[in-house]
Amino acid sequence: MIAPRALALSLSAMVAALFVASLLIGPAALPVGESLAALVAGGDGPLALIMREIRLPRAVLAVLIGAALGLSGAAMQGYLRNPLAEPGLIGVSASAALGAVIALQTGVASAHVLALPVAALLGAVVAVGLILGLAGPRGSSLTLILAGVAISALAGAFTSLVLNLSPNPFAASEIVFWMMGSLADRSVLHVAIAAPFILGGGAVLLALGRGLDALTLGEDAAAAMGVSLSQLRLMLVLGVAAVVGASTAVAGAVGFVGLVVPHLLRRAVGARPSRLLWASALGGAAMVLAADIAVRLVLPERDLKLGVVMAIVGAPLFLHLIYRTRGEFP
Amino acid sequence: MSLLDLHDLTVLRGDCPVVDHVRLTVIAGECVGLIGPNGAGKTTLMRGALGLERFTGRSNLAAMSAADRARAVAFLPQSRQIAWPVDVETLVALGRLPWLPRGAKLGKADRAAVDRALHWLDLDGFRHRIATQLSGGEQGRALIARALAQEAPLLMADEPVAGLDPAHQIATMRVFADLAAAGHAVLVSLHDLGLAARHCTRLVLMHMGRIVADGPPRAVLTPENLAQVFRISAWSADTPQGPVFQPMEVL
Repeated sequence: MIAPRALALSLSAMVAALFVASLLIGPAALPVGESLAALVAGGDGPLALIMREIRLPRAVLAVLIGAALGLSGAAMQGYLRNPLAEPGLIGVSASAALGAVIALQTGVASAHVLALPVAALLGAVVAVGLILGLAGPRGSSLTLILAGVAISALAGAFTSLVLNLSPNPFAASEIVFWMMGSLADRSVLHVAIAAPFILGGGAVLLALGRGLDALTLGEDAAAAMGVSLSQLRLMLVLGVAAVVGASTAVAGAVGFVGLVVPHLLRRAVGARPSRLLWASALGGAAMVLAADIAVRLVLPERDLKLGVVMAIVGAPLFLHLIYRTRGEFP
Repeated sequence: MSLLDLHDLTVLRGDCPVVDHVRLTVIAGECVGLIGPNGAGKTTLMRGALGLERFTGRSNLAAMSAADRARAVAFLPQSRQIAWPVDVETLVALGRLPWLPRGAKLGKADRAAVDRALHWLDLDGFRHRIATQLSGGEQGRALIARALAQEAPLLMADEPVAGLDPAHQIATMRVFADLAAAGHAVLVSLHDLGLAARHCTRLVLMHMGRIVADGPPRAVLTPENLAQVFRISAWSADTPQGPVFQPMEVL
């Protein structure tokens, strides 16, 4: 375990450094000092345009989405008391992706820049409605998982159906590429639509720490210590849905962050679910920033997708973690 | 002052009453042993009293708000769950949650309560060990310490000493008896009738959801009750070292 303050400081410093790096790296090789000056001062020049309209939204989205995925992963793992839980488990990311895919297929997505994210958010809302209907106030955590698996499967099937029925290979490849997840070419508008959901949902999730700590002792002990399990579940579903729905809406499906980051940091926070929440938010932000920088450095001309890099880096890392912590879980 | 007050408490599982019109009052100063064969309704009685099961009748605990209840009673469930590899000190400190304002850190009084609980359960040297890596009995002691650290007036413990070694079984029962003597109250379910006879001030015997006997250990552990409820015979004696009770044969 690392002292909470030292951990918070080092994670924040890492996020800050990666944020600045993300601002300074791109296809146009810009001078460091001048580009930062243009970012702060603004103006009409191309430098200010690139910094403010292209790189800043991308870096801000990387922070928001990484924090959203890390935080929601930690919250899901804490609630289900299972290190294999991840934010996609309640079916919101699959449903949001379905909404986006339908928008791409019908052509609505090309009508307005926000049509796709809005369609994805609608998909997320439908999933939340379904999951609360199925695993409502009296449902257990098991009902929640089962309902989530069913909703994910259904949304996945409809996504396949849309691909199946797509009129030409170009439409299909557009959909497939979108689903890989990316932060390229996102605008300030994307930040504006995602930020309220991620910040609001994030605040809800961060407030769950006490209940998640108590759940370490099981549902009965937590309930006897004054934790309302039905309220905790409702807040969890709404919080996760808001942050994951908004993340998927603007960036597509970015996997593994919510699964790997809590794992990576669990030892550092002494395995306390409440401390893992904010640590995973910071860690997730750092991880997505780093992956999004890697995407631009490794194969700049081939438009490497963020979700692909994340899975390629994340899965082996996850295997290594499992290897290292085999003995810690009963 | 009665810390637990149950009136006609009934818990149904389908149409079958698992707890059947139970009346039970526990006052400060009592260490009450809840005994009875498997399936007698001991666990369900505790869960019903806490409002964790749907019930009819009245329970003073279930009538409280969740926050008040958490300060009135500490509950130690039968299943020993430690979900994450936290250290023992952190685990025991979870018992202080009901007393902490939202977002607050452990204060001096909280730390003192945690230290006391660790000491009572002989866990001083285990403070920084990872709880999930301990043996089953040690985990059981850490969880008892968690419930003690809650320092609620009433402690409800569901088979806390099962799986503990003899020394720690006796030590734990002595801690419960001392707590009661200091003005708390303890309701503890037990299968070890010898421990119950020695350390409890009062025994409550359950059979098929009903309370069939309630009183001092000697009045409850009669040959008739043992034969009817447990289907055993037993040998008991009052010795200079206190009451001794030993189950002998299955009838």
